[in-house]
Amino acid sequence: MNQLNETDYGTPEKISDQMVTVEIDGVEISVPQGTSVMRAATEAGVNVPKLCATDSLEPFGSCRLCLVEIEGRRGYPASCTTPCEPGMKVKTQSPKLADIRKGVMELYISDHPLDCLTCPTNGNCELQDMAGVVGLREVRYGYEGKNHLDLKKDESNPYFTYDASKCIVCNRCVRACEETQGTFALTIEGRGFASRVSAGQSQPFMESECVSCGACVDACPTATLTEKTVIMMGQAEHSKITTCAYCGVGCSFKAEMKGNEVVRMVPNKNGQANHGHSCVKGRFAWGYATHRDRILNPMIRKHISDPWQEVSWDEAISYAASEFRRIQAKSGKDSIGAITSSRCTNEETYLVQKLVRAAFGNNNVDTCARVCHSPTGFGLKQTLGESAGTQTFDSVMKSDVIMIIGANPAAAHPVFASQMKRRLRQGARLIVIDPRSTEMVKSPHIEAAFHLKLRPGTNVAIISALAHVIMTEGLYDAEFVAQRCDIQSFEYWKQFVMKPENSPENMEPITGVPAEEIRGAARMYAAGNNGAIYYGLGVTEHAQGSTMVMGIANLAMATGNVGREGVGVNPLRGQNNVQGSCDMGSFPHELPGYRHISDSTVRSQFEAQWKCTLDPEPGLRIPNMFDAALDGSFKGLYCEGEDIAQSDPNTQHVTAALSAMECIVVQDLFLNETAKFAHVFFPGSSFLEKDGTFTNAERRISRVHKVMPPKAGKSDWEVTVALANALGYPMHYNHPSEIMDEIAALTPTFHGVNYKKIDQLGSIQWPCNEHAPNGTPTMHIDQFVRGKGQFMITQFIATSEKVTQKYPLILTTGRILSQYNVGAQTRRTENVQWHSEDVLEIHPHDAQERNIKERSWVGIESRAGQTVLRAVITDRVQPGVVYTTFHFPESGANVITTDNSDWATNCPEYKVTAVQVMPVTQHSEWQKNFAHFTEEQLALLHAEQGAASAAVNQ
Amino acid sequence: MDKENLVTMANQIGSFYETMPDRAKALTDIAEHIKKFWDPRMRRELLAYVDAPDQHAWQLIPVVSESIRLNRALLLP
Repeated sequence: MNQLNETDYGTPEKISDQMVTVEIDGVEISVPQGTSVMRAATEAGVNVPKLCATDSLEPFGSCRLCLVEIEGRRGYPASCTTPCEPGMKVKTQSPKLADIRKGVMELYISDHPLDCLTCPTNGNCELQDMAGVVGLREVRYGYEGKNHLDLKKDESNPYFTYDASKCIVCNRCVRACEETQGTFALTIEGRGFASRVSAGQSQPFMESECVSCGACVDACPTATLTEKTVIMMGQAEHSKITTCAYCGVGCSFKAEMKGNEVVRMVPNKNGQANHGHSCVKGRFAWGYATHRDRILNPMIRKHISDPWQEVSWDEAISYAASEFRRIQAKSGKDSIGAITSSRCTNEETYLVQKLVRAAFGNNNVDTCARVCHSPTGFGLKQTLGESAGTQTFDSVMKSDVIMIIGANPAAAHPVFASQMKRRLRQGARLIVIDPRSTEMVKSPHIEAAFHLKLRPGTNVAIISALAHVIMTEGLYDAEFVAQRCDIQSFEYWKQFVMKPENSPENMEPITGVPAEEIRGAARMYAAGNNGAIYYGLGVTEHAQGSTMVMGIANLAMATGNVGREGVGVNPLRGQNNVQGSCDMGSFPHELPGYRHISDSTVRSQFEAQWKCTLDPEPGLRIPNMFDAALDGSFKGLYCEGEDIAQSDPNTQHVTAALSAMECIVVQDLFLNETAKFAHVFFPGSSFLEKDGTFTNAERRISRVHKVMPPKAGKSDWEVTVALANALGYPMHYNHPSEIMDEIAALTPTFHGVNYKKIDQLGSIQWPCNEHAPNGTPTMHIDQFVRGKGQFMITQFIATSEKVTQKYPLILTTGRILSQYNVGAQTRRTENVQWHSEDVLEIHPHDAQERNIKERSWVGIESRAGQTVLRAVITDRVQPGVVYTTFHFPESGANVITTDNSDWATNCPEYKVTAVQVMPVTQHSEWQKNFAHFTEEQLALLHAEQGAASAAVNQ
Repeated sequence: MDKENLVTMANQIGSFYETMPDRAKALTDIAEHIKKFWDPRMRRELLAYVDAPDQHAWQLIPVVSESIRLNRALLLP
């Protein structure tokens, strides 16, 4: 079904320096070479009838409605498949064309249910529109002939219905699955009259390979594929553009609304990160925003064993402020702090760090990027000079060799994965470095040329071996290095990587990767023209995470793969605003714009603006906060949008730290795991309920628009402002745009950013300032931000988390497409139909040795703890390696992970934990205690809710 | 603060910088890294440990000990 207020140009936009001028129905128009007659006509304001064409897909030419007459040509060519040629004169209307079109429509309608008035797309159906356009008044064949009207609906997908009786076999859904998504789950089965759209091999959608991205639903011109919310609620009456609150791709969406209710979220065709595509999370999994579990009233309690007490906002805020001040008076100003989240907007994270620095008077502020991409910030700052990726997503369309390291974009960044797959289908070559066989290694029409299936924890050995090959075989870009890089650091690095100890042959016993494969991959990356590296948490979440990030930057610089489109160093950020939360000064050692707190010049600018004195010493990072809580020097925490009790490693250590604290204030949508240890609960607002901005993995700042009022009465930024005021530090903002203005005034890379410009340009990639008024899509073009690129020596140092006889396997953790991070949002949607529990993947060899059967319970024990999951036996993992996800709190994946962390940033080593796995018959002790504690906490919550409803009834 | 953890973290930092070719710079870099990223209470604990090391299996590696000895003033909050 069409989006509200969108023009469909019929065929995709073409980019060309050559313009072609044609005349269509007497209107002259110039279009880029390659543009179809149909698109040129639409641009000229002439609408050509169409059904099988849409501007997100290449033309197909099957429906025969868009036929035109072209002067000097015989017949009636389809305007969608005919490119414009200079001087072409086109007629889109003539008696003959009208006759043909009417005949085509007559055939379509003879096999279509005539239930328009009760059809969910009534009034927004292209078939209905075309019947009107061609002036169809009768169907001479009647309606009693052979037809498809009795075909049953496929309701298996929780989010959309497939009503085959309404299908006109235009192939748009099939092509969308291929071209837009790249899954190839749909096909046309049968021939002639028997032709029908088929998911998989005539399976229900849910049993097929369909990933529920919604591209087919967007493409459908009838009511064949329709969102269930549209069927249930009817069509929307207005829409507003906003930005998805899931992964770091930062897709632009239109929230189609009825009053204050969302009818559907549709990907914005003009979205500069997603170009009209979406995934199952952003497109469909937004029901959590109105889930019954949401807490909509502020609550307080003295002890975590007390029932929660609902109070007014004023009471909750003044209680939190008084507790924070009480703790500081007793234990010192450094005894409290805050944690922000990458799920918050830029403006919210900026305010929290400002509150900590200005109102708390210390620098104890950190963000969840600590546990994901903090090594990216550190490593790229050291080498390139800026803590951010170098490219746009679109840059991948100019890559010749794509290297993916420790990332599975098909699961964690699905919309970008679709774009990458499109480039790979065009012929770019792929290298994957990952311990698992991810979806990216092999998928329809894509196969990695090299899959370096390394042992977890040996990334740095691989990157040094790749560099060894490039340098010893003379494959580096000497001219680029000479012009752009620091020569002394290059020479040191060169001598280091050329040592025999870094050769692929020497590293083979460490990495488990055959030397010849490393050599082949190195040659392909270095000699393959534009080489681009994309990496994820499989790089950063290691004891040598920062070293590996620097190793990646070394490789890119040595081969001249930085500073233009098609190349670069591209960290795939996990959550929607990881980049932004880091940019906003959420780390304890630096102010917004990555400037160290000890820099007195920078500090004085903030002191002048904020009217306070700032502490020049760095504050505590998240893991340090836990240690400080356990030693009694850290007792109060304001935690906004983050669930540290589930997401951080060594759960028992974290919960012990939380239990030791005197006042924990949680601001969230739900009573999450951390809130079970809290004393104050501020109800949060979903992304639909607030204004602000998110910054995605390509440094793109996009607007989040409030589409409904905050359900608990306050947007998150308003809560932080109220808390600051209650602490005696006044904050005066009327709208988040004023917060962004302050950020821009204080941050050189944001000097040119404001809401008006974001709205004008659609989005802005920072740096955006006097040197780059419209932003910077590609960084480091003429020189690196730090001046000369700095090579760093990357000595492989084995992690201390070693396998032993007692713990002979390595556990590594990751994500799945349908669930998001700790699952707080996606677990409260129908996405649980794809993934309802975390399981342990184990190789058949390891399973057989332990007599582990498919789907049986297994105990996983590490030095940190034990938990129990069901086993899935698969060769996606290699022998000696097991894998799980952490989307469900009761799984206790982080009960097993340890305190080991990156040397530079304390980013936890989630990816390497030595474990033993054995068959068991019951849950672990931790799981039993967890269930009991959860039951207790829910009773304390419901006691209050029961009391409140009793009071209302009285 | 957990001293064992602090020693482990300091040793990790030392192990990275120890591989740099310029040892004098490496010794400074170790201390500067700790100064830039560690909260003062962590640095105080580390210095206290250096002054009175416990008899544990975990000990500072020589390059870290040397760096702290040379840069004590820098590390003091």
